[in-house]
Amino acid sequence: MLRNIVPPVLSVTVFLLVWQAACKMFSLPPYMLPDPLRVAERMAEDSSLLLKHVAATFQLALMGVAAGVAAGIIVALILHFVPWLRSAVAPLIVMSQNIPLIVLAPLLIMWFGFGLSPKLILLVIICFFPIAWSMLAGLRHAEPHLREYLAMIGASRRQMLLRLELPASLPYFFSGLKITTTYSVSSVVVAEWLGSSKGIGYYLYLKFKGYDIAAAFGAVACIIALSLLFYGAAALLERLVIRWRPRTGEKGGRQA
Amino acid sequence: MSPIHKLELSGVSKSYRRRGHLLPVLDHISLHVREGEFVTLLGPSGSGKSTLFRLIGGVERPDEGSISIAGKEMTGKTGHVSYMPQQASLFPWMSVADNISTALVTCGVEKKEAKEQAREWLSRITLGDVADEYPHVLSGGMQQRVSFLRALLMPRDVMCLDEPFAALDALTRAEMQRWLLELWESNRRSVLFVTHSIEEALILSDRIYVLSRAPARILREITVPFERPRRSDVWTLQEFVELKKDVLELLEEGEPAIV
Repeated sequence: MLRNIVPPVLSVTVFLLVWQAACKMFSLPPYMLPDPLRVAERMAEDSSLLLKHVAATFQLALMGVAAGVAAGIIVALILHFVPWLRSAVAPLIVMSQNIPLIVLAPLLIMWFGFGLSPKLILLVIICFFPIAWSMLAGLRHAEPHLREYLAMIGASRRQMLLRLELPASLPYFFSGLKITTTYSVSSVVVAEWLGSSKGIGYYLYLKFKGYDIAAAFGAVACIIALSLLFYGAAALLERLVIRWRPRTGEKGGRQA
Repeated sequence: MSPIHKLELSGVSKSYRRRGHLLPVLDHISLHVREGEFVTLLGPSGSGKSTLFRLIGGVERPDEGSISIAGKEMTGKTGHVSYMPQQASLFPWMSVADNISTALVTCGVEKKEAKEQAREWLSRITLGDVADEYPHVLSGGMQQRVSFLRALLMPRDVMCLDEPFAALDALTRAEMQRWLLELWESNRRSVLFVTHSIEEALILSDRIYVLSRAPARILREITVPFERPRRSDVWTLQEFVELKKDVLELLEEGEPAIV
């Protein structure tokens, strides 16, 4: 346990110390690069406002991830059961992922206004993809010998899905979920930056306009914390759901 | 009146298309398994034994010939045999007991009854204390025991066992043969067993069909003369040794290039 925690804590501490020392040594002006202590100070000063915006971002990200995950699972299942549709729409879906966020967001705002809907749509487009793609791979690549076994004992298509394909796709689903949760918060921030009256993105926008770089760094710290929170929740969920795999380090009895 | 055979194959042939060539795998195979009989298909690796099982299981259709189970024509129909594959094929996300009970549910056993049966039988084969564990904690031999039990409990007319001990080490293998023999002799089911080990075939079976290399034909049908229950030292009998020698020669004749 300690072995897992010490190295990252140490590296982050060293990073902050070097940053702090560098600011002192080269006497950089705070509007160029504020030192960590100054950032922390600024965060404390602005804490009530910051907290309000963090809550708004958190809420939007949560909604986006939930809707994106739901859409991802539905798309994966549909494409799994209709192979011709899979080959037909796969290029379109991949194309949708190649449109830069910075183009997609203003377009959606132009089409759907400044409310919640354009941001949610944007998040769903971004969040569904890793889920749908990894889950689709999981559904298709379920262990062939288990598939053969079920076929031999005459299992129905539904039993094949429930007993083999869905459980086999869960590890894939969770790696997709971890990618999705990592992206979700920064995507929300971009959307808020471009058109919103609340959230960390909006806060960042205001602070940059006012050349309050220390506050902007504080906002970034909040974004990182939120992203880690989402990622941690996904990783925790994975551990709770996937209990059948031998833990790393434990000797598995899995044989060829 | 002749009794209805639990499993009967008549004139079954199958070829596959590989790179434009027609590759014959099975050549007019006819065989049968009687009620409560242990029948073994013995043949070299790659003699199409697994293909034969896929046809019996109904996963594929033969090009020619027909397959009937308990007197009914079942060519190309799934869900009429129980099956134990080479790899234990236990579902890693289900407990040992659930692995058995869900397979029974597939065969139409009521859920509650399936669960009771699974637990009762697991304790009977002294695996009761791992009933709630995931399969990966079991050794290879224990996994195969669970896999065999799962096939045994399925209420189906024929059990198909596809080289179930091939992946085990020699010691575990011998132990598993004894174990299977004991369990089977007290619960006689109609079994079609596939192996490439002559000794294994002679120790376990009532009758043996010796298959040739692909395209597989039946070279000979042997009725194994040893009484039931089988003695654990049956392999030391003079008759056993001679029979083994006969079969070995037969297989070599079928493929003179390989000794």
